[in-house]
Amino acid sequence: MNGKLYFALAYLLLGPIAGGLLAGVDRKLTARLQGRLGPPILQPFYDLRKLLTRRLDPVNRIQVPFVASHLVFAAMTGVLIFMGGDLLLIIFVLTLAGIFLVLAAYSTGSPYGKIGADRELILMMAYEPMVILSLVGLFRVTRAFDFWGIAASGKPLALMLPGIFLGFCLVLIMKLRKSPYDISTSHHAHQELVKGLTADLGGPALGLVELAHWYESVYLYGLVLLFWSWNPLAAILGPTATYFLIILVDNATARLKWGMTLASAWIITLAAGVGNLIPFYLGRLP
Amino acid sequence: MSASRSANAAPEPRARTKARRQAIERSPWLIHYDASSCNGCDIEILACLTPVYDAERFGCIVTGDPKQADILLVTGSVNALNGPVLRNLWEQMPEPRAVVAIGACAYSGGVFADCYNVQGGIATVIPVDVYVQGCAARPESILDGVVRAAQILADKRRALRADKKRGGRGKGGA
Repeated sequence: MNGKLYFALAYLLLGPIAGGLLAGVDRKLTARLQGRLGPPILQPFYDLRKLLTRRLDPVNRIQVPFVASHLVFAAMTGVLIFMGGDLLLIIFVLTLAGIFLVLAAYSTGSPYGKIGADRELILMMAYEPMVILSLVGLFRVTRAFDFWGIAASGKPLALMLPGIFLGFCLVLIMKLRKSPYDISTSHHAHQELVKGLTADLGGPALGLVELAHWYESVYLYGLVLLFWSWNPLAAILGPTATYFLIILVDNATARLKWGMTLASAWIITLAAGVGNLIPFYLGRLP
Repeated sequence: MSASRSANAAPEPRARTKARRQAIERSPWLIHYDASSCNGCDIEILACLTPVYDAERFGCIVTGDPKQADILLVTGSVNALNGPVLRNLWEQMPEPRAVVAIGACAYSGGVFADCYNVQGGIATVIPVDVYVQGCAARPESILDGVVRAAQILADKRRALRADKKRGGRGKGGA
């Protein structure tokens, strides 16, 4: 029990460092894939330092509390995951974090922010069924609803649940704001709708959103690791290959329209996710 | 000119240039605005921000939001319609900020200077920190302008910090 608590505490303290490094490696790798030098690995930290040392100049008074709540709940999602909390509860906290960001975008009154917020809601509609199906799949195989219980099962989850894992990669692409699903906002220089979701969020407010994104990317990495946790070699190679493929897809695909986003996400959820569960529930698999 | 003066303090200027080189703003986010004229320079800006010229290696991110931008890249000349827009964009950018005026039109109106509607260069509306020459400007010189603006930005940030420290003591909680 104490071990889990320390792990959650370490996540809270070191999560931003790991998340920033992940973002830095991501940007470097993207640059190399495009045949250029790219920014230093520590660039995300330079960006964050600049944003947080700016004068706070919000467009209204409610924006910053919304963004701060987004950060708190994004960090809390990870803390609950690594404390061994019930994963079903965690879905609600994760959704709440997303909703606060949407509210912050709606509150600005910027038309770009509003469209970005609309699209973020569509993204949430697109990925939530797959998140729930992932948990159902993980529970069916391991009979556990918490991070450490699932990790302790020692089963090759990525191999037993290939469809579920594929669907989870879809969630990952959406949460990490990668093409082809970066419809609400994007990290790249080619931007959508000015800045979409984060339009009119300036200085420290944007810094908090970035920090929350790093917390998110760390617990998402933890969840990817969960699928590959049956032996050390798989735990290293699996997530690395997954992230490389996601960055490759990000560079090789164009952004989809919102209708296609929703349709393709739900079709893949249905085909790969539900398809993967059918043999477990109707067949003779244990 | 410096040879005789710096005879007994030779390492000092070199140390200063090194410090200057390090003192480039590490995260200069860009916003670009195309005032009037032929758009040639704006096309060059777009070229210079693509992966080919790799502005991201200096930490640049192109943002469409002036509230998130540090450096404003402007091309073209000012007229009665785009002057207020330009001024508005600049006013929304937080301090410290830098302005790079790109091309002959942004300097003086260029070949359009004598047109009935052209008021002149960018400096008629907002203060300019760096001028990039050319008609149209080359992507390499635009990148050079961005890096120089990043240096100016670092200087301004330092000045702003010193100012705040002084102001904070003087005004006492204001």
